[in-house]
Amino acid sequence: MNKILPTAKLDAPNRFREADRPHSPLVAFGPDKPLQLDAGIELSPFQIAYQTYGVLNAARSNAILICHALTGDQHVANVHPVTGKPGWWETMVGPGRPIDTERYFVICPNVVGACMGTSGPSSTNPETGAPWGLDFPVITIRDMVRAQAMLLDHLGIEQLFSIAGGSMGGMQVLQWCASYPDRVFSALPLATSTRHSAQNIAFHEVGRQAVMADPGWRQGRYIVEGADPRRGLAVARMGAHITYLSDAALHRKFGRKFQDRNNPTFSFDADFEVENYLRHQGSTFVERFDANSYLYLTRAMDYFDLAADYGGIVANAFRGSRTRFCVISFTSDWLFPTSDSRAIVHALNASSARVSFAEIETDRGHDAFLLDEPELLTIVRGFLQSAGRARGLEPE
Amino acid sequence: MLYRTLRDRTMAEAARGPGGARVDLLRVSERVEPGSRVLDVGCGDGELLKLLEAREVDGRGIELSREGVNECVAKGLAVIQGDADTDLAHYPDDSFDYVILSQTLQATRQPRIVLEHMLRIGRHAIVSFPNFGHWRIRLQLLFNGSMPRTANLPETWHDTPNIHFCTIKDFDELCRNIGARMERAVALDPWGTPLKLDAPWWFWNLFGEQGVFLLSRQR
Repeated sequence: MNKILPTAKLDAPNRFREADRPHSPLVAFGPDKPLQLDAGIELSPFQIAYQTYGVLNAARSNAILICHALTGDQHVANVHPVTGKPGWWETMVGPGRPIDTERYFVICPNVVGACMGTSGPSSTNPETGAPWGLDFPVITIRDMVRAQAMLLDHLGIEQLFSIAGGSMGGMQVLQWCASYPDRVFSALPLATSTRHSAQNIAFHEVGRQAVMADPGWRQGRYIVEGADPRRGLAVARMGAHITYLSDAALHRKFGRKFQDRNNPTFSFDADFEVENYLRHQGSTFVERFDANSYLYLTRAMDYFDLAADYGGIVANAFRGSRTRFCVISFTSDWLFPTSDSRAIVHALNASSARVSFAEIETDRGHDAFLLDEPELLTIVRGFLQSAGRARGLEPE
Repeated sequence: MLYRTLRDRTMAEAARGPGGARVDLLRVSERVEPGSRVLDVGCGDGELLKLLEAREVDGRGIELSREGVNECVAKGLAVIQGDADTDLAHYPDDSFDYVILSQTLQATRQPRIVLEHMLRIGRHAIVSFPNFGHWRIRLQLLFNGSMPRTANLPETWHDTPNIHFCTIKDFDELCRNIGARMERAVALDPWGTPLKLDAPWWFWNLFGEQGVFLLSRQR
């Protein structure tokens, strides 16, 4: 079932099947438990798909919530049911890893608005029996976090030992710490920001326009109409992917090397390796991701501005917080640059929160948080072990 | 890089106490009341913060060098990457009992502003720095006619991070100017041992290789 088809089968590609009946545990919230959305409406009924790893201890004090990024999902440390690839954070999460599933109970939910089993635009709208499409309400980072809090209530976890995530995942981490300070003992916001910058909104808009310009998008009704905006979504992914890397990393990996040829073809073929690489990124992405979800999730990131909810002052979001923070940025990340992380740190200092902050030197750009960066892994391990001692999870 | 090498070099030959800890850091940690909140500015690899942890102190650190910070964070210390000149401004008033600046003041761009921030965000400030009034340094300038270099301050004038050297006397004057009250002052010889406590200021300024000061805001 994990085979990737060369072209999407319009009747039922795996990714659409995952939306309603995922290869993950599910919690369905009925009409008695609606999700209150920032848009001012209630989403009900809705469901959350999630993965767990490790064992919850008797005191229920060793839970770590992983928040995934824009195009991530709940399959953080297991083989992906659609692509057959390893989990997206297996360097970080697993037995003996920094987020050690032999010590901690790790939960990773798919966010609201996504397409891997938690309610989103490709899920079936219970009122119509058809996919939601653009009738799905616009959601925010705070909505995602509210839904996750409902999941934790359902699992009987009052306080998280820790919460970790990069990029959009880091936004959720920050929102958690602001919305539910007492439920978060420690937090790892990585390569993230308290607000999405104008430049990042601009990149997202380009991606959305690429999707919507695809004739296969059909005003978001492509599933019902048997179409597929795969080209638009692939272009969106290609553009975004560049922003996740860096000039230096692209140069190191590809330079100006030609792809399977020694000379230019004087055509618009993918002459260069870097072109071929991007096309590959685009075409594999569309096999596992829903175009409308891409619109919804990029929008959620655009709307994120933590200060806006706290009188324009980020520090107010963390006032009185007893959470232990570990903020990490990467030197070559120009999408969520170190200055963004530094702003988080300054806000946390201003609210007298306990914060560690490290900038890691790497040329791998924004994506570095997902990669095998030894310093990142060492820092996360050390931070969690020390937090674990403070929480009584580890011997002094 | 800068703060760490500075601290390490300044006390390169410094004696170590029974637990292996550097004597100058031990002296600083002894000044800190147990259970208090401490900000160590230029905390290096976190040695002082580790010492303070044993005294139940809620310690935070700022360190310029990336490797110093990463080492600290991996040890579980609450340390941020930053520097005294730019990061102190973000802390609210009275957020710490002690703000410590060890062997770093002379490397800041604006020592006066740094000191003012320390006294704003902390009830007390503990400052230690190499004394440029030490007799060896005076003699070098007098007889060689070139910028002094010592075992503890080995850099040439053009590659030193120390851009604002001062003497104990100069520092005392700065403290008066900004209204800092000097609660305790100690001058240490090259082995980290305090000079005679009842010695006059001119003696300290001549024979103290470094000064350690406990300051507070003028009431």
